Amino acid sequence: MKYDAWEGFAPGPWAEAINVRDFIQKNYTPYEGDDSFLQGPTKRTTDLMEKLEELLTLERKKGGVLEIDTNTVSSLTSYSPGYLDPEKEIIVGLQTDSPLKRGVHPFGGLQMSRQACEAYGFQLSRKVEDEFQYRTTHNDGVFRAYTEEMLAARKCGVITGLPDAYGRGRIIGDYRRISLYGVDFLIEEKRKDKKVLGSQAMDTETIRQTEELYQQIHFLEKLKEMAALYGLDISLPARNGKEAIQWLYFGYLGSIKEQNGAAMSLGRVSTFLDIYLERDIRNGILTEKEAQEMMDDFVMKLRMARHLRTPDYNQLFAGDPMWITEALAGMGEDGRTLVTKNTYRMLQTLYNLGPAPEPNLTVLWSEGLPVPFKRFAAKVSCDTAALQYQNDDVMRRDFGDDYAIACCVSAMRIGKDMQFFGARANLPKLLLMALNGGRDEFTGLQAAPEGSFYEGEYLDYEKVLEQLDFYRDWLARTYCNAMNIIHYMHDKYAYEKTQMALHDTRVHRFMAFGIAGLSVLADSLSAIRYAKVRPIRGNDGLIKDFEIQGEYPAFGNDDDRVDTIAREQTELFLKALKKNPTYRNAEHTLSILTITSNVVYGKKTGATPDGRKASEPFAPGANPMHGRERNGALASLNSVAKLSYDTCKDGISNTFTIIPEALGQEGPERHRNLVGVMDGYFRQKAHHLNVNVLKRETLVEAMEKPEKYPNLTIRVSGYAVHFHRLSRQQQQEVLSRTFHGAFL
Amino acid sequence: MRGRVNSFQSLGAVDGPGIRSVIFMQGCPLRCHYCHNPETWEMDHEGSWFSVEEMILKISRFKSYFKEGGGVTLSGGEPLLQWEFAAALFKELQKRGIHTALDTSGHGNLARAEEVLKNTNLVLCDLKFSKEEQYEEFCGGSLAKVKNFLALTEKMKVPLWIRHVVVPGLNDREEDIRAIVKIARSCSNLEKLELLPFHKMCLEKYEKLGLDFPLLHHPECSREKIRTLQKFCENNIDIPVSIR
Repeated sequence: MKYDAWEGFAPGPWAEAINVRDFIQKNYTPYEGDDSFLQGPTKRTTDLMEKLEELLTLERKKGGVLEIDTNTVSSLTSYSPGYLDPEKEIIVGLQTDSPLKRGVHPFGGLQMSRQACEAYGFQLSRKVEDEFQYRTTHNDGVFRAYTEEMLAARKCGVITGLPDAYGRGRIIGDYRRISLYGVDFLIEEKRKDKKVLGSQAMDTETIRQTEELYQQIHFLEKLKEMAALYGLDISLPARNGKEAIQWLYFGYLGSIKEQNGAAMSLGRVSTFLDIYLERDIRNGILTEKEAQEMMDDFVMKLRMARHLRTPDYNQLFAGDPMWITEALAGMGEDGRTLVTKNTYRMLQTLYNLGPAPEPNLTVLWSEGLPVPFKRFAAKVSCDTAALQYQNDDVMRRDFGDDYAIACCVSAMRIGKDMQFFGARANLPKLLLMALNGGRDEFTGLQAAPEGSFYEGEYLDYEKVLEQLDFYRDWLARTYCNAMNIIHYMHDKYAYEKTQMALHDTRVHRFMAFGIAGLSVLADSLSAIRYAKVRPIRGNDGLIKDFEIQGEYPAFGNDDDRVDTIAREQTELFLKALKKNPTYRNAEHTLSILTITSNVVYGKKTGATPDGRKASEPFAPGANPMHGRERNGALASLNSVAKLSYDTCKDGISNTFTIIPEALGQEGPERHRNLVGVMDGYFRQKAHHLNVNVLKRETLVEAMEKPEKYPNLTIRVSGYAVHFHRLSRQQQQEVLSRTFHGAFL
Repeated sequence: MRGRVNSFQSLGAVDGPGIRSVIFMQGCPLRCHYCHNPETWEMDHEGSWFSVEEMILKISRFKSYFKEGGGVTLSGGEPLLQWEFAAALFKELQKRGIHTALDTSGHGNLARAEEVLKNTNLVLCDLKFSKEEQYEEFCGGSLAKVKNFLALTEKMKVPLWIRHVVVPGLNDREEDIRAIVKIARSCSNLEKLELLPFHKMCLEKYEKLGLDFPLLHHPECSREKIRTLQKFCENNIDIPVSIR
């Protein structure tokens, strides 16, 4: 063995070159038992958690932000070390020099940092303002290149949430590499890659990559310096479980110090860490209690991660999320489960520390998962509403067995894939613009190419589709071009040096497009096709409303007549996107995911032919519109399951809320039935499910008395939030959603 | 063969074992004071016609959820009222290996009920009251009929769950429950006893239909009460007793 730290590990190709998957496969211990081995919190954990709770309460009282360091530009070594309690912490490292204090990241955009400080009663310091006077930010770059057409599309809201003013995120460093190899080995490998690149013809791409490699190496050095500030040397591999967690956490910490990406996911670390913890337990230097305590401490650190956001941003992505997504469980390609004892320990943190939205725990569901694990996960869902589930059997086919989830639902091979994230297109609005000759239905702004208003008393399905085809191509082109600009500029001015250093040099890139309002679009087209829809025009000729005569099949009832429309529209949109070349030849992918932006998207959209009134929220993600599901929960799930993952490889988000009684009479029966619901849903190749098991009354009470429910966690759309962190309007939207009940 | 169906619920987890599709049939001969589905009473007021084939097609979409002992529950209304549809549907379902449960009051012609029970895997029978006068007063039906029906299920060896809605002041005294338990114990095919607390979640439905809810001012059955009665039953019968 090359390093003493690897003593006791089974060798393989991983010992010669970077290959974490091979290391896991050769060394992990699948666990098929139940949860009876799990340990509760130690006194140390409870004491420390109490201290953290006090700070969290204070943060809540201060309107959501405890403190901001307005003088320092956040980076790996720009703060002196911070602690929650240096005597008690097992895993160390904070983003700034003090817990919950937020740093500023002006590289994405100075304006956003400035506004965010002001929103919480602070002011960005003169020092930072001066430093950035002579710097171009990502935001500056993008707006230099945006065309008028893009600005108009952005303004009217047919495309919203483009990452043009902050870090793009959705990149997952393979933080495990630091624990397994130590930073020096990683630097060595990157130097080799740089040398190989240097022998090639220096075209644009090679030059860009060469410079990126320089930056990656530079930041790996900085990462070592950052660890040294805490008195730790991460140049060599981790020697035990504690170091493995610490080394890996430093990688993550360096990344969130450097970047304020929208989603900063963790990856898939639990089973990897289990190998170290198992070795320590085997060697008699660690007990189960201590192993759990370390995981609890690690998760406590993750729960302290914060980014500074503006109120505008919070409307799109409510609840102060970081999307510290950790993918759990799943199956290996050889048929063994990837569930280990540490998968259980990670879930157990929700009991030991109390429920919380972060880390965003995501169970990779497979038909083949051990039954006790399925039941335990279902129990955790019933008890905490903090988990989401994704179909491992579907994703493994495309991504193998060492992928993770970025943000809410986006799968990528760890250290091998990255994505250019980019917002979503508002398809119901596109339909209205198509009917209004390319004009915004509210303002009349000619955002898309000028066409004629829709003529005729009733909407004709074929005619509407034809107009939609034309405007869809326009939208896809504008959207794709805007994304190309954004990601060119992000690479140029705010490149993710730490995270990309933890990827292979030759990385596969996705360009992740999105759709909002799919169920509104599908129902609108269904209404036009199966009922009679008469547009009502205003004095300016713009269609303001619709009159619907008769009934139409609505998405969410397992009715093929409309479900095929939904499926078809996603396929058509991806096809339209693919006609446009992407920056760095990224692969086009598509998601149906809104986060909490379904409220904002709805606000910016006039009345639609399905009967939805102007400015009413859309359903989140791929959800059917609430109140239109007449055949119960499974019919609703079946409709969503018909959307094709092959078309929407970036994910199809479905948020499911059910009252506890509807799952059966008591605990174990409910858990069994919830397992049955997920097995049945995922067998149909469905992709994702957020599971909330709670009563509407609980949320109503939490709205009135937030102080009584400081930790009430709910899944909204691909992530979880503390309910009290949502705006009043968002809370009301959550309450208006379908709660699948018991039909007695 | 067509049946008039009030509604279809794809996720039922409280009417029989596992995850079930529940079909609420239109029409009921009883008028129980605490009924929570008044919209199913009249045969021709609501609902829509389904052929057996159409219903099978609909149900087959949920087969992937039935793996752990789930299936189909026919409820209502009183499903025995449309016995021909029920018999034909259950026959087709069993052919396809789908578990069938009949949620009934036991009010139906016995010869016809027999046709349905031939293809029934489980009967959920609501006992309601243990005294004939009360049964007539509060349900407009006959306990004797129910007992005959129970005897038939026993003769045909169809597994049986007996259910009982506990209404405070009407049938919640220990002696009421003792009588229910006695009837239950007399059935050799009994597998489970379920106590369901009376609640008033159906008020909105009555208002919509312009009907008076006879138990409007009646108290709901408390959690403590139902737990106490569960304990009591458990001490007097050696099959599982569950509550909702």
